[in-house]
Parts: sequence; C-alpha cells; structure tokens
Amino acid sequence: MGIYIAIALFSPLIGFAITGLFGRFLPKNITGIIGSTSVLISFICAIVLFNHFNGGGEPIKLMLSNWISAGNINIDFSFLADSLSVWMMMIITGVGFLIHIYSIGYMPHDEGFYKFFAYLNLFIFSMLILVLGGNYVIMFFGWEGVGLCSYLLIGFWYTNAEYGYAARKAFIMNRIGDLGLLLGIFVLFNTFGTTDYQTVFTSASIANHGTIELICILLFVGAIGKSAQIPLFTWLPDAMAGPTPVSALIHAATMVTAGIYLVARSSIFFASAEIASTLVLVVGLATAIVAATIALKQNDIKKVLAYSTVSQLGFMFVALGLGAYSTALFHVTTHAFFKALLFLGSGSVIHAMGGEQNIRFMGGLSKKLKITHFTFLLGTLAITGVPPLAGFFSKDEIMTKSFYGLDSSIVFILLALTAVLTAIYMFRLYFLTFHGEFRGTEDQKAHLHESPATMTIPLMVLAILSCIGGGIGLSSLFSHHHYISSFLQKVLHNREIPEASHNFELIVMIVSIVILTIIIFMTYRTYISKKNIPLSSEDETGLNKVLSRKYYFDEIYHGLIIKPIEWISSFSYSFIDRKLIDGIVSLSARSVSFFGQNLRRIQTGNVEFYLLAMVIGVISFLVIYQLI
Amino acid sequence: MNSYLPPIEHYLWLSAILFCIGVAGVLIRRNGIVLLMCVELMLNAVNLLFTAYSTYFQDSAGQVFVFFIMVVAAAEVAVGLAILVMIYRNTKSVDISLLDKLKN
Repeated sequence: MGIYIAIALFSPLIGFAITGLFGRFLPKNITGIIGSTSVLISFICAIVLFNHFNGGGEPIKLMLSNWISAGNINIDFSFLADSLSVWMMMIITGVGFLIHIYSIGYMPHDEGFYKFFAYLNLFIFSMLILVLGGNYVIMFFGWEGVGLCSYLLIGFWYTNAEYGYAARKAFIMNRIGDLGLLLGIFVLFNTFGTTDYQTVFTSASIANHGTIELICILLFVGAIGKSAQIPLFTWLPDAMAGPTPVSALIHAATMVTAGIYLVARSSIFFASAEIASTLVLVVGLATAIVAATIALKQNDIKKVLAYSTVSQLGFMFVALGLGAYSTALFHVTTHAFFKALLFLGSGSVIHAMGGEQNIRFMGGLSKKLKITHFTFLLGTLAITGVPPLAGFFSKDEIMTKSFYGLDSSIVFILLALTAVLTAIYMFRLYFLTFHGEFRGTEDQKAHLHESPATMTIPLMVLAILSCIGGGIGLSSLFSHHHYISSFLQKVLHNREIPEASHNFELIVMIVSIVILTIIIFMTYRTYISKKNIPLSSEDETGLNKVLSRKYYFDEIYHGLIIKPIEWISSFSYSFIDRKLIDGIVSLSARSVSFFGQNLRRIQTGNVEFYLLAMVIGVISFLVIYQLI
Repeated sequence: MNSYLPPIEHYLWLSAILFCIGVAGVLIRRNGIVLLMCVELMLNAVNLLFTAYSTYFQDSAGQVFVFFIMVVAAAEVAVGLAILVMIYRNTKSVDISLLDKLKN
C-alpha cells in the first residue's frame, strides 16, 4: 500500500515540474489538463487508501530515507497514512481537483496561467506532505511549503503593490505562529528524544503534565497563525488579494485547516492538557464571534466570505477545545465543501462582473447567472445550517457538544449567537448579490454572462456535496451510526461527552429553522423590499464604522507593534549602527593610522640610531630579566 | 710550574670593558672602518671570556669555539671591507651616516 502514498505525493510534484518548467511552451489547455490530472491521480490513490482504512486497515508507514542524522538527532523522511491523514487527503485532493478544473475556466486570459498551475500543484504536494508526514519535522516541512505557496499565490498578480503587501503580511504573520510550532517541536524532541508520531504517542504518558501543557500551547500558537485565529487572523482577509480559486482552495478549504489537523493529530496531548484545551476553546470562541461581527459590515464579496471562514475556523477550534476532535474534523469536511462552493461561486460572480468585487455595485445577478445563483444559494443554506444540508449537522454537533460537555451554557449561547450572525451576513451577501436591481455600470450589465462549463461543473459537484455531506455525521436523532467519528476513532482521542437527548436535538432543529426563517425574511425586507444599500466604510458611523473597519485591528497592530519596531529600527540605524558600530570600526582604523603616522618618524634611515635602539633594547631586556 | 693565575673576575672586567668600548665605538663613530674594528673588538672581548672560562673550568670546548669565532670574524671582515670599498667607490667616503637611503 505504501506505493499509493508515494504516487499520491509525487504526482503533484511531477505536475509542478512539468507545468513550471515547460508550461510556457505548452498550450494553456494542455497545461491545465496536466495540472488537474496530477491531482486526479492523487485523488484516486487517496480513494484506494481510504478503502483500506474503511475496511479497518492498519496504519501504513512509508520510509523513504534517513533525512537528518546528527548526534542523537535522527529524523527519517517517513510518511504515515492513517485514517486521519487519509481523511484530510480526500478533502485536499478531491476539492483540490475540482478547483483545478475550475481554474482552467477562471484563468484562461492570464499570462501567468502555467505559473498558476505550477503553484497550485506545488501547494497540493506540500499539503499532502503536511498531512502524510510521519513525524513532526516532515509535517513542519509541509507546513512551511504551504506557507510559501500561499505567499506566492496571494501575490500572484505581483504587479499590484497592494497584493504584494498582502502576500508579505500573510507570510510574516504565519512566521510568528511558526515560531511557536517550532518551539513546540523542540520541546517535544527534548522530552521524547524523537519526533516520530507513533513513538511519541505511545510514550506520551511518560512526560510530566506541565511539559504536555507547554507542548500543547506552543503547538496551538502555530495553529493560531496558520488557521487565522485571534490575534493573528488579520492576514486571511487580506489574502483575498489572490485569485479566487486560490482563496477557495488555500484560504478556505485546505491550508487554513492545517491548524485543526495539527491539534487533532496531537489529540493525545491535548486530551490531557486542560489549560491548553481551555485556551483553544476561548480563542476559538472569541474568533468566531469577532469575525462574524466584522463580516456583517463588509462590502467586498470575498472579504465577507473570508471573515466567515475565520469565524467557522473558530467553531472548529471550539470543538477541539471541547475535546470533540472528530466533530472538528466533521466541520472541516463540510466547511471545505460549502466554503469552496461559496468562494468559487463568488469567483463566478466576479468573473461575470469583470473584476468587480463590491456588493454595493451588484444585485439582480440571479437572472443572468442561473447555475451560479442556485449553487450559491445552496452554499448559503448549507453554511447557515438549514437542515438537512451539511452545515446543519456539523455546526449542530459542535453546539450540542458545547452544551453537554461544559458545566455552564455560556459557550453554547455564544455559539448560537454566532450562528445567528452567520445567517445574517450570509443572507445579506446573497440578497445584495443576486436579487434586487442591478447597480453596476451599463458596460458591466451588457457583459454579464454565465461562466463556462469548466467552472459550473465544479460548482454543481460541490453543491451536491454541500447538500449530502452531512450524511457522514448524522446526529443520533436520524441515525445510530456516526460514520466519521467511528472512522477516525483509532487516531483521535475524543473526550467522552454524553449523547444529546432526542428532545434537545429536536428543539435545536426547530428553533434554528424558525430563527433562520425570521432572518431570511428580515434580510429580504431590509435589502430587497426597502432597497437598503450598505454604505461604504467611510460613510458608516458609530458601531457600524468600528465593525466595517474590523475593530481597528490593523490600526492597533500598526500602532502597538509596527510603530515601535520602526522606531527601534530607526534608532538602531541612526544610533547603534551609524554611531556606535561605525564608531568602533573607524576608531580601530583611525588608531592604526595614528600610530602609523607617529611611528613612521623613528624610521630615520640612520644606522647609528638603529644600533642605539638595538643596544638599548638588549640592555632593557637584560635589566628586566634581572629584576624578575 | 709556579705561575700566578689572576682570579677570573679580572678577566670578566677586562672583557666587559672591551665589549663596552666596542659598543660605544659602534654607536659613536661614523667611519666605516672604525666601525668594523669596533665590531672586532666586541668579538674579541667575547673570545677572551671564552678562553678565560675554558681554563677556569678545564674544558677545551670554549677554546674550540674561539677558533670558530675567529673564522667567522675573518669572513665577516672580508665581506665588510668589500662593502666598504663599494661604498667608497659610490660616495667617495666611508662615512656611514651618508647611508640613509632606507628612509625613503
């Protein structure tokens, strides 16, 4: 079976090499087909592996070679496929393949078409390394690889300086988190003497409790950076500078869930680390609420979805903090479906609008973009949690677990509030984009068209998945078999949380349907009947302005972190570097020159003087020798 | 044989005085020939010391050394005088204070 891991890993790498090296000489269609096929091959391998684990197969280890061997450090280039990594593989390659297909239709007029596919393939390769790595160091290799691809793809249209800055911002903020992850790996290595998953997990009990807490907190810092949680979430909305397929693949479906994967992978540690788990819970909850409130007042179609992603990632971290690791993975899966769908739908809208992203200038698109509209509607219903679509089951499960897993119901209430906010901003987005009157220019109106089949087919596939995806984790009300948790139970160390009573489930379902109906009605009234168009962020006042300016997070970071760093840098430059260091350097140069100038005088050329000096020297040697 | 042997200190003093005269001559005089003579004086002061100690310790090695020094001194004077001749041909003088070309 190991060969399937190797094929799955290296197929995108070969695709990257071909498209990257020869893409510019090949026709665009061929490049696109090569790029997509390489991912399809990985997907087929993933299905084979998935079948293996579905039948209760044992984890497969693939060891390629020894990588680092120095002193007592011994790190293998090894890969481990177990049910968790194969589950992630399915999402990455499956959604990745659809997005590759979509990109063929989305990017055909771009000069960097071949480069785009090369980066996408490299991303898939790195992401597979991340989830298939057999030890923490290999995982870190993939972790950095996806960070690099994210940087390259955010700054894909590098001629625009703003996009370049967004790419740098993402890269630097990720570095902050990576530092935590790296330290966590160091502590782990120091404690266990190895970073190999299987060895570390089997000997997890030998470490003392404090060390485990420390490892978990440090690993979580890494997850905060990659998965855009407070306080490092501000890069993700800016990352929307990249092409839309990139936003769908990297910044919604796969890369940002790497943090979830990391925590779930280390679940044996987190399960026994109460402080770290509480931290995960609190950070996730805060992020979910803050991001959802910001999304209420965004006018850029992709920004709304970006904040929605941050908020949903917060949901996943709440589940992780509760110890319900398989629930988090469940939400990762459904979220990958409907958020990729929503992003690709928004891409289709942007494509039709000729690059316009502001929903204030959209409206009434449902008439022209029928498939996009219908699939987007399904995505919206799925994310807001309308039963029986995918989002309902996963979000409902997180809320149920928070209700039964904790003593107080405050977390449950806040999550419910966030779910309500989610519905409000999603329907606001939906109505403003697809209904009412068209608010763009006449040119745009004439240009409106449905996207080509390469774009609409992935939309339809994802829409179907968003509808039926909940089937992998039906609640006990509908089914006795919870597929995903039994599939992952060997790897994840879920905390025991009592089953929800059927009455509770029923009440939650009915209440959520009622509330959603009210929200749909209210948003329809506000944005369609009354024709309220959101103000631009400059015209907002009071609390609305605070929300539309994202709680001034960027401004606060600028004032608190960037300004002091700039001040320290300019001080270092003007004083430490220019005065102190340069001073020492020129002092040594000047003193040599000073002594040279003066010692030059004793070289008179007069032989007697030399002799005299020699005699005096010898005499003084003798005298000193005598004295000593 | 009933000969009187002066004590070793006398030889030491004589040798030291001769050596100092030699050094002083080298430092003070400018005539190249005198300079060479002063160098000879220093060498001979050392020779005297060698023979004195050789007798004192009843060890002939010191006297062997003296022969070596004499040979070296003869060779040195031969080279030194040759140089002086060349200097004289070039500067019409044996005053070594004229030799200050090293300065530049």
